[in-house]
Amino acid sequence: MAKLNIKKMNKNFRGQLITYAMVIIAFVVMQILIASGSVSYLLQGLMVPLCIYSIVAVGLNLCVGYLGELSLGHAGFMCVGAFSSAFFTKCMLNTGMNETVRFLLALVIGTLTAALFGYLIGIPVLRLRGDYLAIVTLAFGEIIKNVINVLYIGRDSRGFHFSMKDATALGLEEDGEVIVNGAKGIMRIPSQSTFLIGVILLLIALFICFQLVNSRSGRAIMAIRDNRIAAESVGINITGYKLLAFTISAAIAGAGGVLYAHNLATLTAQPANFGYNMSIMILVFVVLGGMGSFRGSVIAAVLLTMIPEILRGLADYRMLIYSIILIAMMLFNWSPKFVAFRQAQMEKLFGKKKKEAV
Amino acid sequence: MALLEVRNLSISFGGLKAVDSFELQIEKNQLYGLIGPNGAGKTTVFNLLTGVYKPDEGYIGLDGVDLVGKRTIDINQEGIARTFQNIRLFGQQTVLDNVKIGLHHEYPYSTFTGIFRLPRYHKMEKAMNEKALELLDVFGMADKAEYLSSNLPYGQQRKLEIARALATNPKLLLLDEPAAGMNPNETKELMDTIRFVRDKFDMTILLIEHDMNLVSGICEEITVLNFGQILASGETKTVLKNPEVIKAYLGE
Repeated sequence: MAKLNIKKMNKNFRGQLITYAMVIIAFVVMQILIASGSVSYLLQGLMVPLCIYSIVAVGLNLCVGYLGELSLGHAGFMCVGAFSSAFFTKCMLNTGMNETVRFLLALVIGTLTAALFGYLIGIPVLRLRGDYLAIVTLAFGEIIKNVINVLYIGRDSRGFHFSMKDATALGLEEDGEVIVNGAKGIMRIPSQSTFLIGVILLLIALFICFQLVNSRSGRAIMAIRDNRIAAESVGINITGYKLLAFTISAAIAGAGGVLYAHNLATLTAQPANFGYNMSIMILVFVVLGGMGSFRGSVIAAVLLTMIPEILRGLADYRMLIYSIILIAMMLFNWSPKFVAFRQAQMEKLFGKKKKEAV
Repeated sequence: MALLEVRNLSISFGGLKAVDSFELQIEKNQLYGLIGPNGAGKTTVFNLLTGVYKPDEGYIGLDGVDLVGKRTIDINQEGIARTFQNIRLFGQQTVLDNVKIGLHHEYPYSTFTGIFRLPRYHKMEKAMNEKALELLDVFGMADKAEYLSSNLPYGQQRKLEIARALATNPKLLLLDEPAAGMNPNETKELMDTIRFVRDKFDMTILLIEHDMNLVSGICEEITVLNFGQILASGETKTVLKNPEVIKAYLGE
């Protein structure tokens, strides 16, 4: 009996290690390719966004795949993380603070602010289920984005000034500085996000999620997904664990937002980056990669972000091929016949039955 | 003093009095049956006892603690565990994990401890695994610990539900139609299991059942419900001979 358990733990742990190894190998290979100059400048610029999308997808998978609640507002949490961290960085810009320390602090602040928003939004929102939850999270995402678009924050010798009208309404002194300039966003943010930082953050996000779902709290979260009434009957605190998973999920999205903010010099809250489309795109990564599979989320995020860029040469046919690839991936992952075929091939290759790893 | 004491319990849905002035007294270590035709309000009684519904009036006391108005999770902590008429397992998790979820409160450690695998995590998980396997062993399912719970045959799913309920360390176990969908052999086996659980865990059991063989075979006392009202209650043999019970439930 005891042996069974050791085997199981090893299986979980092995799946975890394979995922880390995949990320690290991909990173090393890319680094070698970049160093040898065989990667286009365009693709090089894609490395940090790849990490960002992977991180947010992993976080969203915790919410969608493990908690079983559909959130369409994760771009909103990214937005919160991005703006709060960028705001901090801008404020600290001329204080002579060490750049690394400043970035780490910005990361912590962005993550915590997103977690706080996730928590506050989660309290009312997680009372809803299914479609209603999706609609309300969607609305929250849009609200966050639109509020930031009319937010003006400036600083002068008297301290901070806030306004929801325009920059002149801040009434700044001559030497004052507008930090958040409404729809123009935050400008001249030092670009500190690198591929290495992105990969490290992705590994941390994966570590937290893997360890969480393989622990007592993770089991409780999955129990709520599998059968809420039964979970309640064995004394699982439904609201508490829902909030926990949602908050962690939002925090991870916030960390992705911090990377995003420090990747571009100018941060604005546009529909293209923090809107509905972004939330859906991340959700596509999660669903296609397999709900409840963090590794799948990362793979899907990388592939689906790379493909449109690689296919850029095909101009008009690009999105056509993209959609065909989406359908192929969906079949590959979910069609029962294809899954059976895949497993049969695996059996042939390895001579023994391989179960689906986590 | 009785372990479970229910007095004057009533609830109505709209104009329908689903349960009307229900009374129940179960002594410690008793095997008690609740029977009645379909729609008599048996499962509603269970839902009232476990806090799924709030009663319009009445008193529910477990070991002297008033349970009326408490939440389901708190009632579970007070010591009532249940199974469901339509099996409710955590289907995407293993048999072992299902029981471990039942042990959630007995071996606590924080989320932080879980993520960073502090020493307490290993200690608690080890104890939890041992306890869960021990429970599964009672039901002869220790060798299936790694199966996905939804892949178990029907009879074992019912047993797993009982094991999970027992894992919460209850004082009173509520079984909602445990023999539903079982063949006579499985039912017989189940009767032995229920008796065994009662003796081994010193458990008090209240069960809803339609299978008269099972009821007359293991229940010491029963209560018969009809249209939300108590038709008769008392010792099983006496009640089953009651002409009114025969008329309402067993058929003339």
